[in-house]
Amino acid sequence: MQLFYLLKNEWMLSFMMVVLLILKVADNGRSHSSWIRIFNGLMLVLCVAGWLMPTVEGEAFGGMFFSYKAGAFAKNLLCTGTLFIGLIGEDWLKKTRHVVEFYLLIISTLMGMCFMISAGHMLMFYLSLELASIPLAAMCNFGFEERRSGEAAMKLILSSAFSSGLMLMGISFLYGATGTLSFAQLTLMSSYEPLFIIGFVLLFTGIVFKLSVVPFHLWTADVYEGSPAPVTAFLSVISKGAMVMVFAYILYHVFGALNDVWYTLLYVLSIATMVIGNLFAIRQQNLKRFLAFSSITQIGYILVGISGSSAEGFTAAMYFIVVYLFSNIVAFGVITHIASKTGNETIDSYKGLAKTNPFLAWSMAIALFSLAGVPPTAGFFGKIFLLKAGVGTGNFVLIIVAALNMIVALYYYLRVIRAMFMDSNENAIQPLESGLSLRIALFVCLAGIILTGFAGSIYEYILNLNVGL
Amino acid sequence: MSSSVLILLLPFISFVVSGIWGRKYLKNFSGILGTVCMLVSFILAASVAYNYFFVTGRVGGQYLGTIPFEMNWLRFTNELSINIGILIDPISVMMLLVVTFISLMVHVYSLGYMKGEERYATYYSFLSLFTFSMLGLVVATNIFQTYVFWELVGVSSFLLIGFYFQKASAVAASKKAFIVTRFADLGFLAGILVLSYYSGSLDFKEIIARYTDPANPHLQAIATASFGGVSALSWALTLIFIGGAGKSAMFPLHIWLPDAMEGPTPVSALIHAATMVVAGVYLVARLFPVYAISCPAALHVVAIVGVISAAFAALIACTQTDIKRVLAYSTMSQIGFMMFALGVSKYGGEEGLGYMASMFHLFTHAVFKALLFLCAGTIIHHVHSNELKDMGGLRKSMPLTHITFLLACLAIAGIPPFAGFFSKEEILSAAFQHDPVIYWAAIATAALTSFYMFRLFFMTFYYDGEKKAEAHGHDDHSAGHSSIAMTGVQVVLAIGAVVAGFVPFGQFVSSDGFALPTHIDISFSVLPVSLSIGGILLAMFFFYKKSDKAIRISEGLGSVFVTLKHKFYIDEIYAFVTKKIIFNLIAAPAAWIDKNIVDGMMNTFAKATEVFSFSLSGWQSGKVQSYAAWFLAGVLSLVLISLYLLQLL
Repeated sequence: MQLFYLLKNEWMLSFMMVVLLILKVADNGRSHSSWIRIFNGLMLVLCVAGWLMPTVEGEAFGGMFFSYKAGAFAKNLLCTGTLFIGLIGEDWLKKTRHVVEFYLLIISTLMGMCFMISAGHMLMFYLSLELASIPLAAMCNFGFEERRSGEAAMKLILSSAFSSGLMLMGISFLYGATGTLSFAQLTLMSSYEPLFIIGFVLLFTGIVFKLSVVPFHLWTADVYEGSPAPVTAFLSVISKGAMVMVFAYILYHVFGALNDVWYTLLYVLSIATMVIGNLFAIRQQNLKRFLAFSSITQIGYILVGISGSSAEGFTAAMYFIVVYLFSNIVAFGVITHIASKTGNETIDSYKGLAKTNPFLAWSMAIALFSLAGVPPTAGFFGKIFLLKAGVGTGNFVLIIVAALNMIVALYYYLRVIRAMFMDSNENAIQPLESGLSLRIALFVCLAGIILTGFAGSIYEYILNLNVGL
Repeated sequence: MSSSVLILLLPFISFVVSGIWGRKYLKNFSGILGTVCMLVSFILAASVAYNYFFVTGRVGGQYLGTIPFEMNWLRFTNELSINIGILIDPISVMMLLVVTFISLMVHVYSLGYMKGEERYATYYSFLSLFTFSMLGLVVATNIFQTYVFWELVGVSSFLLIGFYFQKASAVAASKKAFIVTRFADLGFLAGILVLSYYSGSLDFKEIIARYTDPANPHLQAIATASFGGVSALSWALTLIFIGGAGKSAMFPLHIWLPDAMEGPTPVSALIHAATMVVAGVYLVARLFPVYAISCPAALHVVAIVGVISAAFAALIACTQTDIKRVLAYSTMSQIGFMMFALGVSKYGGEEGLGYMASMFHLFTHAVFKALLFLCAGTIIHHVHSNELKDMGGLRKSMPLTHITFLLACLAIAGIPPFAGFFSKEEILSAAFQHDPVIYWAAIATAALTSFYMFRLFFMTFYYDGEKKAEAHGHDDHSAGHSSIAMTGVQVVLAIGAVVAGFVPFGQFVSSDGFALPTHIDISFSVLPVSLSIGGILLAMFFFYKKSDKAIRISEGLGSVFVTLKHKFYIDEIYAFVTKKIIFNLIAAPAAWIDKNIVDGMMNTFAKATEVFSFSLSGWQSGKVQSYAAWFLAGVLSLVLISLYLLQLL
């Protein structure tokens, strides 16, 4: 029973995969758009069960798997986020005719993330990282009739392969330096030996590549733009969330002894990421590309928080992921909906949206305000906590750069809001009917954007998760 | 004391109700709803004020702060947590009164002014949201709460300035106001982070207690830590002041204020005259003991910025031709008065006169400036233009507005016994005691104030060629358009502008909570008052009638006067001094600098970002090979950085 609870999300996800595979074999290639609701229902059951089941801390498989409270929280959060993505993507999925495959892929990558969060060994970590990224590339290719979708998949897989290669080299360096790959052993044996440091830096770059930190971000915009909107949402929300969690965990708890090395790396990278991400975001016309760069910037802020090297930093990063998840899902929900109904993805085409589709426009505006960190949305509090954690090291330069960037960011988020609310347009998008699933997802996430900020208990809950670590 | 919570809650309820259901179901009811909520709020605020000032507040002759409501909201770490609550102390009670009163007046006035507006319910919901945020800012128990509401005030004022979003200029103005004040808020935020990093607390009470006791380890830590040769405390306080300067439109962060006049005029009365723009003054006053006791250098910065803003804005006000812009610059100038009054003050007793004077001026200014804006609103309503050239000779068609506007002008010019006289006298005597340079600058600015205000007054209500009066002759019946709501508010505020100065303000508000007697020294008042009267006469001389003044007088008074005049060239000297020197040599260049350099700085920043962003575009080539090359370069440089670090260790 202990083992059951330890791997609760993983069990459930595997079970769901088996169900999906059986269905796939039995379906004779028919189109099953009505199954989407069933799958979403299953995901809902999975999420509810995940949140309700007790969390057990401990390890399994000889230290390969390691469960801890914050990790369990993150897994549940990711599952919930995936559920929302299934909801907002419903209309789009109906058109693809590959419903079962899509869910198979999304659930296998989700399972990869769960194992990755709980990895207690470098090999386990590497395997689950690959499990989390390869199905993603297949998902990027889901816009079958579009050339750019295939291009996005190619770019993602090639870049990932490149970064994996370097990361594997780093892992082998670590092994060469210490003779072990278990996290617990690495923690004990970490040293300032050059081989060990180089190994660490290579591993580090492998992870920041997945986080799209500048200068490892170049794949991001192309992949985001080329992929279908729900996949982009998944990439930017779930995939990033899992990586932030793992990143913070590995830095704090495996390589905590190298604090002064990675602090400097984070310092340099976070400044580059915030500034470059913003400068690119300013000029974007395509909304998916725009959100790609804005998410790069957001990652930069998260790095500021993580660089705080304290329980507070970890908490702030996790809290921000919660907020970021809600905000981005709303933004992508609107984009997905409009893209799948009308094919429009540019900021200009959103002109006058508030007149024709007030609900969508308001949802989008609230999400963007949250991303920009404007009160009273939760994004404001998320950013404040990150800065507060960042200042814990007494590095005011970082804080000032971050705050300056927030102002620049405000400018371009307002640009979209202005297009929706203030610009008039004769060919504004016609009033669109939004389905029940989309409405539910948007309402829950909008409530999340507002409430997460004001309910202090959420922050406290996350803080308590980290106390034992 | 749950009634103090209700003061905040009522506008919030009004916001939610008219925001959600207003457009569909409560189209005309939302105005009444908002007004009733504000009325109850105001009554509650008045009862809180009465209770505090006359019943419970004074303990052993001293007013202390009390916290009737507080809840733990966020726990950062075990030591540091954020509360949200209500702080009742002399300045917060005073501000509660001012905000609820002016807001009530504006709510009532808007019943008439915004009548028939398509987005009437939206307007009222925004107005209520603003009032709620402002009240939350005022009663904040800790600096973080202040910051949250501070930002919220920014958001709601953004919504209100951009209310006429069909107008491109309104959109641009609201965006500018939002971004410029956010820019300043960055300073505020950095200041908060520095301050709380060393103090280990965000509560005002704790911060003040820890940073004013020389033996306290927190104070020693922040005073010894330095950055660029300046102590962390000075940095923190100066940064916080930058935040305040942004909201309060102090030089050079004032550039958003004149543009913000694009909003509906009652909004300008509320936000840009009485409440939001004094938030910066309030913030400095809130942390005043820390400024005054532990860091006089930062307070000196406040004084200098204040006096520069006061003089600078007064000069520019002389050149403006848009009625609301004149008022905007005059607001900036008056807030400059409040700022430098704080800046020259010290803590405690008689030395703290400046603090009391500043708060007093805040109080009286709120009343008469709101009146000026609302009168301007009525005038604009009447002539359908903001430009002074379209006005003139309005005294006949708008007799009531004429009188109320006159009273407000007398108040702002500091003519006894109107409200502005008392508070301005206190400011001047505080400045006189501590800093002669500031005193003389302030005297000159005060004279200038009465000049530009009466220039405005005469150009609006007199200054009529016969043609003008006729042009408006047929509009006479339209004067009836200004409804009872509008005129009633003007009368109430005009009474306020006359009597507000007689409040024995020092009894209630002072730097240390002990009563400070207010005194008006006749001999001291002679100079400023006579200068003010001089300013009025000068304005009258130029702008009473539309004609070349010097010629008219010389014709009217015959040859004796001509000789006299030509003998002494008094008029020419006058004209030369005012027109040539003040206008062309000082005011016009100041206005030019304001428009092109100070304002341009922001544009340049935006341009530079744009250009830089464009030049980077080649990086994103779309080729995976080049991405990999960049990747590799990134990896190698990170390896080099860490190996370099290794050598240092």
